[in-house]
Amino acid sequence: MSMHFTKEHEWVKVDGTQATVGISEHAAHELGDITFVELPQMGKIVKQFDTLAGIESVKAASDIYAPVSGRVFQVNDKLEDAPELVNESAEDAGWICKLEASDLAELGALMDVAAYAEFLKGLE
Amino acid sequence: MELIYEKSVAGRTGVRIPISDVPKAAPLPEALCRGAAPAFPEVSELDLVRHYTNLSRRNFSVDTNFYPLGSCTMKYNAKVMENAGALFADCHPVLALLPGGEKLVQGPLSLIHGLEQQLAEITGMDEVTTQPLAGAHGEMTGIMTIAAYHKARGEARKYVIVPDSSHGTNPASAAMAGYEIITIPTAPYGDMDLDAYRAAMNGEVAAVMMTCPNTLGIFNPHIGEICEIAHQAGALTYYDGANLNAIMGKVRPGDVGFDVVHVNLHKTFGTPHGGGGPGSGPVGVKKGLIPFLPTPRVVKTADGSFSVVAQTGGIGRVSDSFGNFGIMARAFAYITLLGGEGLIEVSEQAVLNANYMMARLKGEYELPFDVTCMHECVFSASRQLKDGVHAIDIAKYLIDRGFHPPTVYFPLNVKEAIMIEPTETESKQTMDAFIEVMLEAARVARSNPAALHEAPVTTPVGRLDETRAARAQQVCCE
Amino acid sequence: MGYCPNTPEDIREMLAVIGAGSVEELFAQIPAELRAQSFELPAGVSEFELMGLMRQKAAAGGTEVVPFIGGGIYDHIIPAAVDHLTGRAEFYTAYTPYQPECSQGTLQALYEYQTAICRLTGMEASNASLYDGGTAVAEAALMALRITGRKAVVLDASVNPLHREIVCGYLANLSAQVAEVAPEGCDSDLDRLIGSITQETAAVVVQNPNFFGSVADFSALAARAHEQGALLIVSCYPIALGMLKSPGEMGADIAVGDGQSLGNTLSFGGPYFGFIATRKRFIRNLPGRIVGETVDQEGRRGYVLTLQAREQHIKRHKATSNICSNQSLCALRGLIFAAALGKQGFEDLASLNFDKAQYAKELLSAIKGVRVLNAGPTFNEFTLALPKAGAEVVERLLGAGVAAGVPLGAYYPGMDAAIVVTVTEKRTRAEIDAFASLLEEALWN
Repeated sequence: MSMHFTKEHEWVKVDGTQATVGISEHAAHELGDITFVELPQMGKIVKQFDTLAGIESVKAASDIYAPVSGRVFQVNDKLEDAPELVNESAEDAGWICKLEASDLAELGALMDVAAYAEFLKGLE
Repeated sequence: MELIYEKSVAGRTGVRIPISDVPKAAPLPEALCRGAAPAFPEVSELDLVRHYTNLSRRNFSVDTNFYPLGSCTMKYNAKVMENAGALFADCHPVLALLPGGEKLVQGPLSLIHGLEQQLAEITGMDEVTTQPLAGAHGEMTGIMTIAAYHKARGEARKYVIVPDSSHGTNPASAAMAGYEIITIPTAPYGDMDLDAYRAAMNGEVAAVMMTCPNTLGIFNPHIGEICEIAHQAGALTYYDGANLNAIMGKVRPGDVGFDVVHVNLHKTFGTPHGGGGPGSGPVGVKKGLIPFLPTPRVVKTADGSFSVVAQTGGIGRVSDSFGNFGIMARAFAYITLLGGEGLIEVSEQAVLNANYMMARLKGEYELPFDVTCMHECVFSASRQLKDGVHAIDIAKYLIDRGFHPPTVYFPLNVKEAIMIEPTETESKQTMDAFIEVMLEAARVARSNPAALHEAPVTTPVGRLDETRAARAQQVCCE
Repeated sequence: MGYCPNTPEDIREMLAVIGAGSVEELFAQIPAELRAQSFELPAGVSEFELMGLMRQKAAAGGTEVVPFIGGGIYDHIIPAAVDHLTGRAEFYTAYTPYQPECSQGTLQALYEYQTAICRLTGMEASNASLYDGGTAVAEAALMALRITGRKAVVLDASVNPLHREIVCGYLANLSAQVAEVAPEGCDSDLDRLIGSITQETAAVVVQNPNFFGSVADFSALAARAHEQGALLIVSCYPIALGMLKSPGEMGADIAVGDGQSLGNTLSFGGPYFGFIATRKRFIRNLPGRIVGETVDQEGRRGYVLTLQAREQHIKRHKATSNICSNQSLCALRGLIFAAALGKQGFEDLASLNFDKAQYAKELLSAIKGVRVLNAGPTFNEFTLALPKAGAEVVERLLGAGVAAGVPLGAYYPGMDAAIVVTVTEKRTRAEIDAFASLLEEALWN
């Protein structure tokens, strides 16, 4: 399953029309110890790059933007009691929500793994 | 150290309350009463006094330590101000609102009016209200006044512009008044990027909020132009007075082109910080905004007496009474004590002290903007970062050496920021001692960074697990 | 003069290090056209002259008047220990505890304060204080709007009129509506309050005792609000909570109030402190500073400012509130007051207020033409209907050195003949008896 990244450090993995969304290892590291994830409402409909969710650490708060348009059909409940999952496994077990994607062509606007790695180098 | 609740012993009694001289009344129906008395501590007065006396000794404070917390103006709190403020302890404010009551409280009313006049002259504004209870409250009051002004003219303006170096209360206050925020980045000269600002200013902008000198301690030579650009678009200009300590007698925001200002009595005017408050944030306005000030106002009548009048058509009420009068009385005392010349000297010495700090420390610490500073200077711990030492580590090392750290990680547009504001009440000797330790910290960062990571080791507790606190959310004793 | 210690020699040395010829040079970057156009302030004075002036002003402060007035601000005893302990410089000259290791005094004290507020109000989480009671009610309304995502607030008009003005002011600029529900005489109109709750209502706001002094139980209102997905906010009087059912026991969601009656001097209007407390599940929506318990690396217990991601210095325009300062020293006074009285003393103080007020109520209502307007029980405030205009009577008694009460005509249409009388533990029987005599004289002679 291929992974795509946004400039705001969200990632998305697509399986059919189901898109799993989270934040990158880089973003999790920058935030520090995550203390709270504001999960989106079930059924929420977002357009690409709309505010989808929120995440907080001790010293920072960040909005999470939708990498693709769609409707939220599942959220990672584990994050309610264990937000630290995002620090432990940002790009796997620390996923935030799943969207029923409406337009997979939108992936074209995002970076693949290699391009994101280059992008991160450029930020330093 | 134990909590006061952990020292409680059931049945211990405290202070004796007044002896009843009236009959015992029939009790209220049970449905209206609480099940059991609130579980307040049960300790003897001696235990009470020991507990809080010992607790106080766990604090650094201006009276015990050099406290160069940038942006907070931790100057000496004169003891005579405490004596002056205490004189009004028993004055009931509601007397002023009763029919025939005003003439009984002319003293406090004259003080409120007097302070408002003093602040108007210091800031170059036409009228001042002392109602706002803190700086952020003043910001909200000021922005609400601006909103009322535009609304009265039938103008639907949606935005407030702030520089990215602004204190968080600026955008937060504007948001509370219903505005959306436009943030302008800082340019290499040290303040708001003028081109970006010009591009963002238009007929939908209600106001621009500036701090001058800004949160980098730098005076913006374009500040007059910034006000003009706003006025040309019909927007108003707001001055955040947190840094007023740098410019008293030299510059007045009213003269520069600001329409609304707030000042922080607990910063510039030496009232004590109280461990985080109470403060006081009086707001000054130009003529055109006077009708929108909060209610009530204290005015001087034709016969020279003072009266409380309702302000209709303004933003309404922002606090229960006349403001934090006890703090206002202290500030009035401070200004009266120092006089005009004293205030000018304050700013001159504040700026001298900060520039001395900057000159002595710039060899070891990176200066993001190497220009003459005003009352505070901002360094970056970027050089120390190469050895794995962060601004927070320098701060903790200072604690072990008996100094309260400067402000760190603010402003947000400087990485690893260290903001030092010595204030005018510190001597060269005190500053030299602090500087020596800062230079030592830079040396230790190179030779033994681990030592800095472990600091502080001399305090009752070491570095605390903030993640655990945020996740556990234990905010009261069970 | 301005507590500036450096000598001309010190200044010379510093300028040399800086590389400037004079202090004025450090201001050279300020363009001439921006320079102050005026700075006319009188010359400074010494402590002696200052105290003379301040004493003069304080002497004209109305302290000779016996206050039977409240209006949200009360004349209560303050144990001597409160001044002494909060007068410790380590408490009052410290600032916000950003560096927790050297601020455990302030942090632990605020944690103890938060605990006291929870126990007082019957709630589960408190913040480290707000500015005052009025802004606390406004912040609670904003909090309810955030929690529910709804846009309307139902406000009982028997809530303090000044507080209501503040709530309306705060909500005016946001797209939120406030619907006021008139009282029924001196009591909350529960039926109408319940009837005003819709699917758009974020919260219902009530006060206990209310502005007229009436005591109520809002448990039924809480239940009905919850059925509609709305919250109940109760504004309360701390001293009364030594006796009255707490907001927590009523099922309220947010409790607020002004802490002035807890150990803070009248001081002509402030500083006081506002308190706000809520259920654990709403803690992330609390405005202002919050202190949390934690440990250091050695496992030693300590306290830190926590959940800071809610606040303006992190979230900026998306913060729960713009509030930065709390009223730390005033909250500390409140805490020490509570601890100085202790559990039993606090309960006894509430009883004493109640007894004194009952005595006064009976004595005053025995005067010809004077009637108690409260239909039900009161705590230490009650509303009297007089045979003459309330304002006129109050003015007359002020001339005789007694503040008889707050006339209601300015706040409630049609209530010109009514005044709210407040009786605290500080009013002696002699003062109450004298008040009754004066009132009778003013009405009938």
